[in-house]
Amino acid sequence: MFAAASIAILVAILLYLVRALLGPTAFDRILATNALGTKTVILVSLLGFVYERPDFLDIALVYALINFLATLAILKFIEYQRLG
Amino acid sequence: MMIAVDMLLLTLLGITAVAVIRTRSLFGAVLLMSIYSLLMAIVWYNMQAMDVAFTEAAVGAGITTVLLVGTLVYTGREERREPRVHWPALGICVATGAALVYGIQDMPRFGDPAAPIHGHVAPEYIAQNAPHGDQIGPGAPLANMGHHVPNQVTAVLASYRGYDTMFETAVIFTAGISLILLRGAPREKGRLFRRRRRRAPRARPRDESETAGDG
Repeated sequence: MFAAASIAILVAILLYLVRALLGPTAFDRILATNALGTKTVILVSLLGFVYERPDFLDIALVYALINFLATLAILKFIEYQRLG
Repeated sequence: MMIAVDMLLLTLLGITAVAVIRTRSLFGAVLLMSIYSLLMAIVWYNMQAMDVAFTEAAVGAGITTVLLVGTLVYTGREERREPRVHWPALGICVATGAALVYGIQDMPRFGDPAAPIHGHVAPEYIAQNAPHGDQIGPGAPLANMGHHVPNQVTAVLASYRGYDTMFETAVIFTAGISLILLRGAPREKGRLFRRRRRRAPRARPRDESETAGDG
């Protein structure tokens, strides 16, 4: 069951990748990247259960935090044209 | 299962890598680099290399993206159009890649316990960190860690590689101090890098004429 879910998430990642490649505006790409990061978090949790090591959930939490950081920087750049 | 996930991920990685090269928008390239790092982190994770996956996600997808976006402030959004293929560079890249692939053939099989890297210092570390009780005297290991750190990987990373990490930190600290001394500390509060310099230091060649004009 977890394996099937992982494959489904990978297909979803492929779709996000297509959107990030084609995306006509910058916001399509940002959304695709951010959603792909979320899918990474889910995939990390799922694969943790596939490998029967559910303590990998902690790693998924760290991924979620990192994903947030990069998106914040990108959006700040879009809004103010500078960082800091 | 592991193979299927790996194959799918590596296909996605290939697509992303080609897209990073092909895209003309620098902003899109930065985002695709971030996606590449995320996918790479999952690949490391799938190999059960947790610390590498952590580093890839934190440095590749996190800090590098922020630094590259910071670079976009100075460069603009679009790549300059250079359609001509640089044949010598292509030849060097292909030759280097071929040499590397040739070198891979001599490597031991993935996960081989008889590989040289597993026979150098690892057995000593494992023996020292294994639980011995209060063994003292002849036959006792040189340094008895007495199972102080239950996880062997954590023991090597945090204890045996402590000097490595400490001097890495010293090197990075020195590099940061040198940069601040060379560039001059930022005067404006809340901004690490100034966009326009008022008093031109000797950092870039373009500024040298201005300095000469002042003198």
